[in-house]
Amino acid sequence: MTRSLVLRSPKDRWSVKLNVRVLVVTLALAVLLAVSSLLALASGSHPTSFMEVLGTLVAPGQSELSLIILEIRLPRIIMAILVGGALGSAGLILQGLVRNPLASPDVIGITSGASAAAVLFLWLGGVAGTSLLLAPVAMGGAFAVALCITALAWHRGISPARLVLVGVGLAAALTAVTTLLLVLSPDSTAMNAYIWLTGSLYASQWHDVTALAPWLVVCWPLALIKLRHLDAQSMGEDMAQGLGSALQSHRLLFLVLAVGLAGSAVAYAGAVGFVGLIAPHMARRLVTSGHTGLLPIAALIGALILLYADWIGRVAFIPRDLPAGIFVAGIGAPFFVYLLYRLRRELG
Amino acid sequence: MLTSLLARVSGALFCLGLLLAAMVSSLVFGHIPVSLDMLAASLVDYDPGSLEHLVIRTERFSRTMTALIVGAGLAIAGALMQTLTRNPLASPGILGINAGAMFFVVVGATLFSLTSPSELVWAAFTGAATAAFLVYFLGQEAGRGISPVRTVLAGVAVTALFVSFAQGLLILNQDRFESILFWLAGSVSGRDLEAILPLLPLFCLALLVALLLCRQLNLLGLDDEVVRGLGLKVGHVRLLIGLVVIVLAGTSVAMAGLIGFVGLIVPHMARGIFGTDHRWFLPLSAILGATLLLAADTVARLVIPPQEVPVGVMTALMGTPLFLHLARHLRKVS
Repeated sequence: MTRSLVLRSPKDRWSVKLNVRVLVVTLALAVLLAVSSLLALASGSHPTSFMEVLGTLVAPGQSELSLIILEIRLPRIIMAILVGGALGSAGLILQGLVRNPLASPDVIGITSGASAAAVLFLWLGGVAGTSLLLAPVAMGGAFAVALCITALAWHRGISPARLVLVGVGLAAALTAVTTLLLVLSPDSTAMNAYIWLTGSLYASQWHDVTALAPWLVVCWPLALIKLRHLDAQSMGEDMAQGLGSALQSHRLLFLVLAVGLAGSAVAYAGAVGFVGLIAPHMARRLVTSGHTGLLPIAALIGALILLYADWIGRVAFIPRDLPAGIFVAGIGAPFFVYLLYRLRRELG
Repeated sequence: MLTSLLARVSGALFCLGLLLAAMVSSLVFGHIPVSLDMLAASLVDYDPGSLEHLVIRTERFSRTMTALIVGAGLAIAGALMQTLTRNPLASPGILGINAGAMFFVVVGATLFSLTSPSELVWAAFTGAATAAFLVYFLGQEAGRGISPVRTVLAGVAVTALFVSFAQGLLILNQDRFESILFWLAGSVSGRDLEAILPLLPLFCLALLVALLLCRQLNLLGLDDEVVRGLGLKVGHVRLLIGLVVIVLAGTSVAMAGLIGFVGLIVPHMARGIFGTDHRWFLPLSAILGATLLLAADTVARLVIPPQEVPVGVMTALMGTPLFLHLARHLRKVS
């Protein structure tokens, strides 16, 4: 039996059951994330010591050092954490919804929608990095595609298998449109768009953080409250309905949550792939729990992956600043092969 | 569907006629239009001083041949994969074989400075084989064998993996970006006939093996137990077909880059017209595949002159509606 803590309100109006292992792992990952962020804050093309970073955080001054740390590095690191966390949790929700461990926002077309909209915007004359409209346009693309997928897969409610296949098909068409726009663009625009498609946190500002944060503040608590219905669905449709969970309306809700999380993250950081695919798997390796317990862990792992990927891209090739998306695939690939190995062993 | 022998023969002849028409229009239409008389003259009585003759001999002829070979190769690879996996959505593009070949080609082009298709084709074979291996094992579901939805997802995940690696390499080597981009989008233009020729023997061998295996392929549609009872070595046949698919898809990618959906739509068209007997439907898939790619390439030249749409984009836009239709009506998707 797993040990758990049960919290009850007076008069038993509500109660929360907390798995001790989930709590311990969440805390450990949070500490790891905090330490890694501080270390990332201290490294870069302008060398700074760890104590100087702590000093600046406690008492910000007007020096050049505090400008570098507070206005350049800190917002970028916070963006990495928020985007990675959002993608990790979106992947968890989608994998639970589709009941397939290989689903993720980039596989079923949400990311492609955002990409196509963003590249169209750049082609029409927008400038990556400076144009404030790019993110809303990309998010609009993500929601429009999600709407199309739902409409096309609708047959007396949402069928998860059809959702996946329709998503894959639309993603292929959107990738073709994106490629066409890239080929038609002048070379400098094409390269900018290509870097956006890989996913980069270069030049993230505080206004990006304040624009992304509200989405997550809405989506995460809602997901934490509602994810128990996904546990019910994972036992089968009949069982979920027997337990009194409204199947179709919850599926719709989870889809909206996943699109909200993934769409907003991708809109501000570019089409980062793979985080949503692997973070939930790593979370499941660490704890055995329902989706509610897995959510914070998947989010923390996603944040760690993107933080490290961005850190490598920023520091390892000075003076070049490489997009984080390259290294996400590098970190993700070994785990992907491990996944393959595990699957084979289960079969044999 | 055509059932009687006479109907099938005339149907096949009609498809051959279509192929011929597609070849001629691929030679004739383009930025510099050429008349039919001029085309005949350039083939019989070549005059190097004439611009039209020069265009046909140097540019259009090799382009038409590339489209012909690639279209046939992709269509047969798709048909074989659909039979092998019993999955109507299978094709080299969807199941990640093309992306695997593409990634290894990008590695060869950026890290080892390989340029000619005959050098790159070995990289493409390695990539196609790697991707096929990954998708085959990821697509299996414990105890239940190969599941269609799972295989498609595995293919897409493998595609995502290879594409993001290739993106990384291209961003690190930006000077190669422009030359590779159009090729990544899929294109049959700008290939020398000399560069293609070394690939032909292996390609034809694979094609021949596929056509010789038609009877065995017909049996693969049955239950595994039944097939074994009929005395067919299922494992050997599967392996052989897998190799043929890798050779066909790998050669196509080395020649023309990422061209999706030809392998998906053409077998469905051929099966719709000629039924599921591989002795008819496999050769006809090749003919229709070549016709489709030639037509797509010709249209791609004419849509937004003076620029060209990459032919891979054309085929993807043509193929998506059919894919969505199949996905909506796929039976047994739990």
